[in-house]
Amino acid sequence: MNSPLITLDKVNKTFAKRPVLQNISLQLTQGEITTLIGPNGAGKSTLVKLILGLTSPDSGAITLEPQLNIGYMPQKISIDPSLPITTCRFLQLAHSREKACHEALDMVGISHLARSPIQALSGGELQRALLARAILRKPNFLVLDEPVQGVDITGQNALYKMIGDLRTSLNCGVLMVSHDLHLVMSATDKVICLNQHICCQGRPEQVTQDPAYIDIFGNTTAIYSHSHNHQHSIHGEILDDQGVHQHGEGCDHD
Amino acid sequence: MTDFLLYALLAGLGVALVAGPLGCFVVWRRMAYFGDTLAHSALLGVSIGVLLNINLSITVAAVPLLMALGLVYLEQRGILSLDTLLGILSHSALATGLVLISLLSDVRVDLMSLLFGDLLSVTLNDLWVIYGVAAAVVALLVLLWKPLINITVHADLAAVEGINVSAVRTALMLITALVIAIAMKIVGVLLITALLIIPAATARRLSNTPEQMAITASAIAMLTVAMGLAMSWYVDTPAGPSIVVCAALLFILSLLFRQKG
Repeated sequence: MNSPLITLDKVNKTFAKRPVLQNISLQLTQGEITTLIGPNGAGKSTLVKLILGLTSPDSGAITLEPQLNIGYMPQKISIDPSLPITTCRFLQLAHSREKACHEALDMVGISHLARSPIQALSGGELQRALLARAILRKPNFLVLDEPVQGVDITGQNALYKMIGDLRTSLNCGVLMVSHDLHLVMSATDKVICLNQHICCQGRPEQVTQDPAYIDIFGNTTAIYSHSHNHQHSIHGEILDDQGVHQHGEGCDHD
Repeated sequence: MTDFLLYALLAGLGVALVAGPLGCFVVWRRMAYFGDTLAHSALLGVSIGVLLNINLSITVAAVPLLMALGLVYLEQRGILSLDTLLGILSHSALATGLVLISLLSDVRVDLMSLLFGDLLSVTLNDLWVIYGVAAAVVALLVLLWKPLINITVHADLAAVEGINVSAVRTALMLITALVIAIAMKIVGVLLITALLIIPAATARRLSNTPEQMAITASAIAMLTVAMGLAMSWYVDTPAGPSIVVCAALLFILSLLFRQKG
């Protein structure tokens, strides 16, 4: 097994006296795709910021391999339309050679958009442009924060396949943040389920059987999971807190 | 051409030169209200300078700079949204400045010239200050151009790629405070933001790259100053507001062009 590129040892982080991350220990290795999942407010973004060095832990240690070169794909990017900037120029902000930009855009399949204003790209195209910028400096580790958000299901599968291919061609480690495990399942080697502390971690099929995972995400095999503030009857009708049927359109009974 | 008119023109051109590119950052980073707040606090700078008998050029730059640093601190504390903080600071600074000036009964301060500029009273000494500051601002902008664009596009991404974001951000605030200090003489505290954002917004329609936009904004701001002065000279209107009126006219004219890139 490869030596770890990034090691976290008993890391704690608190915001405004509220613990966000507690006792996090993990290792991220070269050539391995790790997916970080967890509900909103689980501390996923904070953990990513710690790994990127954008914030520092209250206690615990983060050890980076000296040769570590991180490529980062942020969760969302909103560039004011008043800034005239093409996709190619956007990439050049990270790397000044124009040839490398075209190569990177080629690798993610949007070389035809090099001269388009970055603000004119669709959701899926923008994610690819961000991915291209992340791989521009030939990193040995990629941090991808919700890489498929705003992308339809077909596009999501294509992006996950692309990330898998990049892992092979760059021989890099990958840390992905995701809300939803189901599409990621086949694209990841390891899953870390986070809810302020690490609930469970391991191979995806192990994690989905773990009681701690089921406790948070439910024992569901559907493609879409969503959090419920209500229950469903066996017919799929919405029930209120007491489990009583709520009358809606199409109901003509008492 | 009489001396005072030449001085006025040169002073206006010097300020316009740097107002163009800085104005682009104000537009790109959506800092119009932020610029307004710093400009209003320059009035407080005047009253403090008079009160403590310090050189006005120093207090007029120092107070907005302190205000900017204070804003960053308050925003990080997360007590109120930036918008509300700006609203509080902007108007408190303006009001405090006005109250302090009214208390200085032994010194006559021309309030109108502070609020709307007094371009026609520029002295040779003012010119030296304006061009000295403008040269420093141009040097800083050229030196920090790439990191400035980078943090404007995405601060975290820039940080991961090795840029010291807070240092660059502080430099941008310093630049803003400096430009406000010299622009105050030209258009007054109430109209400084107009001189920053209107030429930049006009330049947007004619530009494909950030550099093109910055240079075009500079040229438009300079043209605006010349037009405003001419208007003031021939029609006998106040110079500062005339410059802003001309800037607005050029902006309306630019709407006829198709937006580039």
